[in-house]
Amino acid sequence: MALLFAPLTALASGASVHLDKAPDVQGDKAALQSGARTFVNYCLNCHGASFVRYNRLTDLGLTEQQIKENLMFTAVKTGETMRISARPEEQKIWFGAAPPDLSLVARARASEDGSGADWLYTYLRSFYVDENRPTGWNNTLFANVGMPNVLWQLQGQQVLNKEHHLELAVPGTLTPAEYDKQVGDLVGFLVWLAEPDAGFRKKIGFGVLAFLVVLFAFAYPLKKAYWKDVK
Amino acid sequence: MASNTNFEKYKSDGSLQGNLLEWFDARFPATSMWRGHLSEYYAPKNFNFWYFFGSLAMMVLVIQILTGIFLVMHYKPDASVNANGIPVAFASVEYIMRDVPWGWLIRYMHSTGASAFFIVVYLHMFRGMLYGSYRQPRELIWIFGTLLFLCLMAEAFMGYLLPWGQMSFWGAQVIVNLFSAIPLIGEPLSIWIRGDFVVGDATLNRFFSFHVIAVPLVLLGLVAAHILALHEVGSNNPDGVEIKKRKDVHGNPLDGIPFHPYYTVKDIVGVVVFLMVFSIIVFFAPEGGGYFLEYNNFLPADPLKTPPHIAPVWYFTPYYSLLRAMVWPLFGIDAKFWGVVAMGAGVVILAFLPWLDRSPVKSIRYRGPIFKTLLALFVIAFAILGFLGTKPPSYAFFGVIPGAPVAQVLSAFYFLYFLTMPWWSKIDKYKPEPDRVTM
Repeated sequence: MALLFAPLTALASGASVHLDKAPDVQGDKAALQSGARTFVNYCLNCHGASFVRYNRLTDLGLTEQQIKENLMFTAVKTGETMRISARPEEQKIWFGAAPPDLSLVARARASEDGSGADWLYTYLRSFYVDENRPTGWNNTLFANVGMPNVLWQLQGQQVLNKEHHLELAVPGTLTPAEYDKQVGDLVGFLVWLAEPDAGFRKKIGFGVLAFLVVLFAFAYPLKKAYWKDVK
Repeated sequence: MASNTNFEKYKSDGSLQGNLLEWFDARFPATSMWRGHLSEYYAPKNFNFWYFFGSLAMMVLVIQILTGIFLVMHYKPDASVNANGIPVAFASVEYIMRDVPWGWLIRYMHSTGASAFFIVVYLHMFRGMLYGSYRQPRELIWIFGTLLFLCLMAEAFMGYLLPWGQMSFWGAQVIVNLFSAIPLIGEPLSIWIRGDFVVGDATLNRFFSFHVIAVPLVLLGLVAAHILALHEVGSNNPDGVEIKKRKDVHGNPLDGIPFHPYYTVKDIVGVVVFLMVFSIIVFFAPEGGGYFLEYNNFLPADPLKTPPHIAPVWYFTPYYSLLRAMVWPLFGIDAKFWGVVAMGAGVVILAFLPWLDRSPVKSIRYRGPIFKTLLALFVIAFAILGFLGTKPPSYAFFGVIPGAPVAQVLSAFYFLYFLTMPWWSKIDKYKPEPDRVTM
């Protein structure tokens, strides 16, 4: 009887999912540069970041020369955007769906369950081997996802055990801790990518508030002075 | 004194500036407008903080127009897809966010301004309900205000389509589809509104046109009418007593003070405090926790991918709840139609407040327990309706109390509050109003 109603209660409680907390690396330029390296090597083949220009990466402490030599494989000028050469129509034919542009993925994936960073951090660590899928991969966070685990050489191969928990069956080139760090850096880079001006925005926010406090210090006594006779 | 008084024309003192002003004033009502609307417009001296929200609404309108002008310089209302597979309209917003100098600030001010507009306007309307500002002789101010609220809703709804994200697209799709529930003319009407069978490029272009030209023009005209009508009869105040009944030897209200300089310097303080709150959101939380900028709207519109849950922006959700509460196909007409009727009636009923309220006093300060209790319940009901409107219909409080019937009961209460007001506002207990305002 309890089993019979189990799916119902699961429905009623809402599909709330547990997300692992992604590390915050926004101030850490080395981590963001490492994330950028992972991004161009593993993501930028199928996914574009078509709103972002390569020279924007100078914000991460890189010089245009470094960007050109280490991070640009297809583009010629640093002012170009991080596009991919495959066209979305072609990708649709190859993969069934065009891999989404990743410029904004860290903002779009935010929900009541957690930040977009948490979602990505959990997602990239939740792939497991599934022979029933065309790619051979499935994901506990994003069931029947079209994307294979492109980081499998680093992570190794996870499988689902009897309790439906992820288990590392074949180790990769990185230890689990190293892999988590690398994914954390990549997610940090995606967060930066989603709003490169976010850091600057907060910085000048303090200046604006300081100005308003000073303005208040003048406006309030001015009001008091004018109103002192009103009874 | 009021705006309709004829003030004497300016007489020059012989200086160059004086001569210029005299020449100008002989041909334009400069002095009379200045004195009638500002320096000799007598406002009650006992305004409290609730009276900030009118001037703040006007300031937010200015923010929206100024930032809007700059957004239009870079925004492209184009639903076609660029070489990267991204709709041009969506990409142009990201272009503003990333490549236009200070574009992110202009855009965040505009998107935060939209929510701020509704916060300020809801508080402004609530002030009117607290102190009976809609009562005779201010009925027309209130009606203009209701029309302003309707216009603001239209403006916000059409503006929300422009970023062409998933919520923009599907929100517009759901709302325009509602019109198709109207018997006989519904289907052709919804096609006429969209200019297409689905929300598409034609819809985007016409919403853009309405959002940047048509509705703002009406809004500005209504704001002028709202303020002219206010200055004609004079402002109400927290005591709800007419200051024009007691005048000094010059014919000025004893409890009135000139709007300028008294309320200009006071409103500056209100503006600075408002800007602090506004800046905290713009600079530190522009997404407003997913309420001001919905997370799903960072995905480009995809007509083939319906989001699992389509929620309007927070400021529409109380009315969206009224809409969803109607689930019965009365008289053989689709329930959706009655939902539209309920949503429309929910706004229009506000305009009838001046005639529904039969209380002998205006202000909550002198009204009885029935009013105070029902108004408090009304606010709570409105807030819960708003909350439920952001959730799917299957939502349950703590996972046990189903939200849909709660929304239906509260929707019924929303309308009953107004419809039974002629009765309960009459039988309530009242305290006598004072002769003069109290500080």
